[in-house]
Amino acid sequence: MSRIAGRFQQLASEGRKALIPYIVVGDPTLKVTVPLMHSLVEHGADIIELGVPFSDPMSEGPVIQLAHERALAHGASLRDALEVVRQFREQDNETPVLLMGYANPVEHMGYAVFADAAAEVGVDALLTVDIPPEEVAQVNAQLHRVGMDNIFLVAPTTPDERIGRIVGQASGFVYYVAVKGVTGAGHLDVADVKSHLSRIREHSQLPLAVGFGIKDAASAAAVANVADGVVVGSALIHAMAEKLESGASEDEAANAAVQLLAEIRAGVDSAAS
Amino acid sequence: MNNNVKNSQYDAVPDLEGRFGSYGGRFVAETLMAALDELEALYNRLKSDESFQRELDADLAHYVGRPSPLYEAARWSDRIGGARIFLKREDLNHTGAHKVNNTVGQALLAKHMGKKRVIAETGAGQHGVATATIAARLGLECLVFMGEEDIRRQTLNVYRMKLLGAEVVPVTSGSRTLKDAMNEAMRDWVTNVDDTYYIIGTVAGPHPYPLLVRDFQCVIGREARAQSLAQTGRLPDALVACVGGGSNAIGLFHPFLEDESVAMYGVEAGGHGVSTHQHAAPLTAGTPGVLHGNRTYLMQDENGQIMHTHSVSAGLDYPGVGPEHSWLKDVGRVNYVVANDDEALKAFHTLTRVEGIMPALESSHALAYAEKLAAEMSPEQTIVVNLSGRGDKDIHTVAEIDGIQF
Repeated sequence: MSRIAGRFQQLASEGRKALIPYIVVGDPTLKVTVPLMHSLVEHGADIIELGVPFSDPMSEGPVIQLAHERALAHGASLRDALEVVRQFREQDNETPVLLMGYANPVEHMGYAVFADAAAEVGVDALLTVDIPPEEVAQVNAQLHRVGMDNIFLVAPTTPDERIGRIVGQASGFVYYVAVKGVTGAGHLDVADVKSHLSRIREHSQLPLAVGFGIKDAASAAAVANVADGVVVGSALIHAMAEKLESGASEDEAANAAVQLLAEIRAGVDSAAS
Repeated sequence: MNNNVKNSQYDAVPDLEGRFGSYGGRFVAETLMAALDELEALYNRLKSDESFQRELDADLAHYVGRPSPLYEAARWSDRIGGARIFLKREDLNHTGAHKVNNTVGQALLAKHMGKKRVIAETGAGQHGVATATIAARLGLECLVFMGEEDIRRQTLNVYRMKLLGAEVVPVTSGSRTLKDAMNEAMRDWVTNVDDTYYIIGTVAGPHPYPLLVRDFQCVIGREARAQSLAQTGRLPDALVACVGGGSNAIGLFHPFLEDESVAMYGVEAGGHGVSTHQHAAPLTAGTPGVLHGNRTYLMQDENGQIMHTHSVSAGLDYPGVGPEHSWLKDVGRVNYVVANDDEALKAFHTLTRVEGIMPALESSHALAYAEKLAAEMSPEQTIVVNLSGRGDKDIHTVAEIDGIQF
């Protein structure tokens, strides 16, 4: 069983929901990332989603775009993401880690080279925003060869017939995008999310995580009531960026994100079934 | 030229999944997939619909002002002393460039889809102006995304768009040029996909855009082919067009692809020179990758990050290129070459002084290469150069380079 499947199974047996923070590798600097991952785990992260810096992050709102720019300013890349996971695994061999990013850095490295390197350092899954099921055959062949999961997005605009096609390629969990829009945007409508999740459940037994638009403990609690997992990205990165802008140190900035995650953890647990 | 591809195969691409060989495809976020499916289905239905084609042809004739002339630049040709050079006068279209051929077509698609809001990205501003123009005519809300750097160097077109009622949204991320404007337009589209039609300005983006933009621009090559036969009694020996995203080039080239005697040259922006990294020539100096919804040649670094580009012309300042060009390069049907900034500027001045035609800096790249090519050919031979746009918009750029302040 993959680390991700195992983690969801364990949480389900405890009657808890998964909390999945997203941070960008190398934001604001590379030396912050590994300690931040450990702190996030200590304060309630069940799975860590690592953003791979890309020059053209087309699905990101302004908060995460700037995180990519801060990371790129000192050259953080897919290779660094792999190195970060290798270092993280020196102390934590339990927490699943997934890489989220865009097709080009992975394609440029080569799907086979990436799969071997990622499996070796202990990456559990890949989520590429811009590789839909129509384009995924080559990537999946390599991921499956090394036993990695491929996480797919389902959107509010996804018709029923596409859901079947998407979940047929997916493993680990399915990521439901709660709003039409970019990361960090929009008004979250939990009733709407609930009805879309039930559409997905008709096609898949995989755990369903929800992201985009979850900002705080209250919105996380509301989503945790209807989903198996909650993804939080922009809110954490905004908390860090705000601290940095006010002149705080990188460690203080990272701490602000960790504190917010702890509050969100409490929200998620308050909603647990 | 190698002959890996049989003639009939030029019409067989893209395939049903939008692939030109290994290029093209549909690499976008899931939120947009249903909208692309809807657009593809509508386009497939309308392209064989006679009333749609009549509507499009009427707009091209009476609003755009087609056909555009095929003009023999006799004085310029004489001075070069080689082949006869003909200019396909897309600069004489309404709004001053080939871009409007596509915006007229896509605006009709938007109308058939019932969309009330159109968005576009723009580099030089020509596509933005063409979109704002058609939006004004159809009474559609219009947002144009434009990099801050391009807004600075294309102030005239920015004001034209505003006069036409469009909102010009400055893009401050990344390199603040065309690629970033396209990112921002995609972000708007993903947010407003229900009521918004995205009019992509070039033969790039996710399927079906490279196909439908090509189809709308092929009017250039169809006319040029018929005009060449009527005016010279034969097909041209060579075609030359500039390539940024590559829509004017594909529009000229595509109707001639099966004419084996016709050589084709796509001219990329060499900037300060392809050895300097300060250029925008992915076909000449790039490698395949994925950007803006399709797989194509890109300018990228060793980590797969998209590189900043440079060209004196905002419309060519783009790190990718339409996927069909990538395919045509690999199969060897089209030769892709470069003209540097200084060569393009020289051609701008030459054509202005010798023929009384002020070309866009984009088109000046094609002219610069045509001049070299013509010199190596004989007076019995002919070249058609796509004069894709007029140069009024570039006067400030040229003046600045010449050290003139208004």
